[in-house]
Amino acid sequence: MGAPLNLSGTTVIIDRASQIFEDLSFSAAREWKAAQPGRKVVGYLPIYVPREIIHAAGMLPLGIVGGGDRLEVVHGDAYYQSYICRIPRSTVELGLSGRLDFVDGMLFPSICDVIRNLSGMWKLMFPHVYSRYFDVPQNYADEIGGNYYANELAELRDDLARLRGAPITDEELCHSIAVYNENRQLVRELYAYRAEQPWQVPAAESHLLMRAGLVLPVEQHSAMLRDYLAASRLEQRPRRDNCRVVLTGLFCEQPPLNLIKSLELAGCYVVDDDLLLVTRWLTSDVPVEGDPLRNLATAFLHHSESTAAKFEPNPREKGQHLVRAVQRTGAEGVIFASPSFCDPALLDRPMLQHVLADAGIPYIAFKYAENSGQMQPIREQAGTFADSIKLWSGQ
Amino acid sequence: MNAAVPAAKPATKDVEKDASMQKQKAMMAAHYDRLTSAPETGAKVCSTFVPGNLNELIGCFGLLNNLPEVNAIQNGLRRVSGQYVMEAEKIGHSEDVCTYVKSDIGMMAKGNIAPNGKKFPNPDVLLLSYTGCFTFMKWFELLREQYQCETIMLHTPYMGDGRITPNMIEYMVKQLRDEVIPKLERVSGVKFDIDRLRERLAKSAQAEDDLVHVLQTARHTPSPIDAYFGGIYYIGPIFGAYRGTDDAIEYYRFLREEIDERLAQGHGPVTPEGDMGRERYRLVVEGPPNYTHFRQFWKMFYDEGAVVVASSYTKVGGVYDFGFRHDSSRPLESLAEYCLGVYTNRSLPMRIDMLTNYVEEYRADGLLINSIKSCNSFSAGQLLMMREVEKRTGKPAAFIESDLVDPRYFSAANIKNRLESYFQMIEQRRASTRPAA
Repeated sequence: MGAPLNLSGTTVIIDRASQIFEDLSFSAAREWKAAQPGRKVVGYLPIYVPREIIHAAGMLPLGIVGGGDRLEVVHGDAYYQSYICRIPRSTVELGLSGRLDFVDGMLFPSICDVIRNLSGMWKLMFPHVYSRYFDVPQNYADEIGGNYYANELAELRDDLARLRGAPITDEELCHSIAVYNENRQLVRELYAYRAEQPWQVPAAESHLLMRAGLVLPVEQHSAMLRDYLAASRLEQRPRRDNCRVVLTGLFCEQPPLNLIKSLELAGCYVVDDDLLLVTRWLTSDVPVEGDPLRNLATAFLHHSESTAAKFEPNPREKGQHLVRAVQRTGAEGVIFASPSFCDPALLDRPMLQHVLADAGIPYIAFKYAENSGQMQPIREQAGTFADSIKLWSGQ
Repeated sequence: MNAAVPAAKPATKDVEKDASMQKQKAMMAAHYDRLTSAPETGAKVCSTFVPGNLNELIGCFGLLNNLPEVNAIQNGLRRVSGQYVMEAEKIGHSEDVCTYVKSDIGMMAKGNIAPNGKKFPNPDVLLLSYTGCFTFMKWFELLREQYQCETIMLHTPYMGDGRITPNMIEYMVKQLRDEVIPKLERVSGVKFDIDRLRERLAKSAQAEDDLVHVLQTARHTPSPIDAYFGGIYYIGPIFGAYRGTDDAIEYYRFLREEIDERLAQGHGPVTPEGDMGRERYRLVVEGPPNYTHFRQFWKMFYDEGAVVVASSYTKVGGVYDFGFRHDSSRPLESLAEYCLGVYTNRSLPMRIDMLTNYVEEYRADGLLINSIKSCNSFSAGQLLMMREVEKRTGKPAAFIESDLVDPRYFSAANIKNRLESYFQMIEQRRASTRPAA
């Protein structure tokens, strides 16, 4: 017999999260649906949808972020030219290969023209599936963008009510908001803990935990986060002589897990990132009293993450979220990792880099695809960055 | 050798243009002169985009519009966009993103010189009409960083479900009334007068009637116009600086008469080498053209007797052929409907319906898609569009790829080869559907 397996708390939890991550048939979501007749699953793409409304309808929100590096794209490439990013083609592959055949609805958030057009493609390719382009306001005045968004949320609520065959009540919505408030608190707690002691929460583990949250019912995900936090605090992991970086640009197409691991192996602790922003899009609790849709709208307008898919009305605020992330987490640099052909990330990048340069924050940049296989160049680049920070920072 | 000196252009024959094209060229030149003389005249400048442009509103405040896509096109046609694109890449802009943006950024870095050889004035205001293209938003954030001037966002929701809802109209009207107009008043120092807007909208509708008439003459065989290459000349004034003006009314009346005359005489379209010969193929084209090799690209069509009878690109600054007109009785609502309805703000199923309709209504032999590397708004989904239109019409479709203003992505031999194969495919289809003798 070999050495005994390490069955510490975090290992068991991360093993479970890894299984969910590896499973491109979404078995956990299928099992949830099969457990009770009439259950429905609504898929959504990055960056953000109000999962509270899906939850309030008694449905399972299912985050779909492409096929990663484990999916062979056979049909999807026939739908996209070579100069379009990877996530839509692997998402089409998931659909055409039957991996999403249990999904009753799909939401395509306003993020870029590719995902926008995919919403129309889905209507044509899967006409039996409810699908909706989920628009969000780029005007942040309560009486203008707020009213528009609240009405859009009401339309979504009505659509999902039709799908389940019964209205969605305010009470159900308020309950779901409370459930997601708790989940976001736990996510924020995990991120704060990682920022404080990044050796205790490797970035790959944090990512796997967030990925699990795209598939599991939110209550189960919250339990998973609680268990992980408790287990992690009981363990002492070795601390490396790594620098601390903020990782940005990865809000849509996800990097291979190996890429995230490579950064830490190369000497960069990831102390903040914009991976899977849906898990923490709203930055503070949404009130559970009053009009739930208005509360969600107000939270979106005034308490949501900054990212390239949003217009920044205040020029002085442009890019400051990155500066604040660096200050909040004690980071020493920023890594821009953007998917190839990602318009939002790549168009935004020069402006963000100017802000960082003005603030004296070092950065590097590279591109990836969800199926990138060769990590050596990225590892070398990140390693050099880490060395340069250690050698030259503060001079 | 000084690398900054542009290579000498090969000698070319004089380009043949009909009277309307000459008139259009003069109008465009006059507008550039107005823009570049703004520092002397004191005119204020509003940069904005072609799709969803609010030219009538801008005109109410006495502002001159400056359209960065049109500037990029001019740079493409003049073969200087390539160096601008590379300049932008040199200063940190990704090779993956829109070349209109990079041409604009590169042009700024190289002195911001307009097609008339004079310097563009800095804009007084950036009116970010965010309609049908995500890149617009980032583009004007980039320009705002450069110019540090007032930036006004007008967000147009996307017609994802193929319809305009009351919520969309209300949202847009509120933005116009409570944010866009007050800010334009502040920048211009001119008080908003809704009657002036109504007057301009009525003028727009007149010109729009004539434009639609001209584009629909392509239903005839032979078509008196090319609705893609020639169409780009025709849309210039109305998609550019002239919608809502007497000049536009006059131009489109003139154009209509000229095209009606060609129709009466049974002429085909005018090409840079004179009247096109026998019309052999009638095509619908989806997607923008390549501008760095515009004439070479066009020649590949007219040399084969291929005429474009309808195109989606000539709808990018407004879709008028299904009945929409600017409506002076509902000024702000009408502007909202205009923005919502532009081609790239329409869902993919709507775009497929339009193209199918064009193939049938204009009795085309098929659909050709020119897929543009740097324009995801147009390009994402075009392969599915091609298959759907082919399936619905039973007519063959083809796919070529190029770019707007980046010469590195224009492969003449490859495109010509594909076009020739496509024309052969059409011939084969005709032969197979011809009744046996």
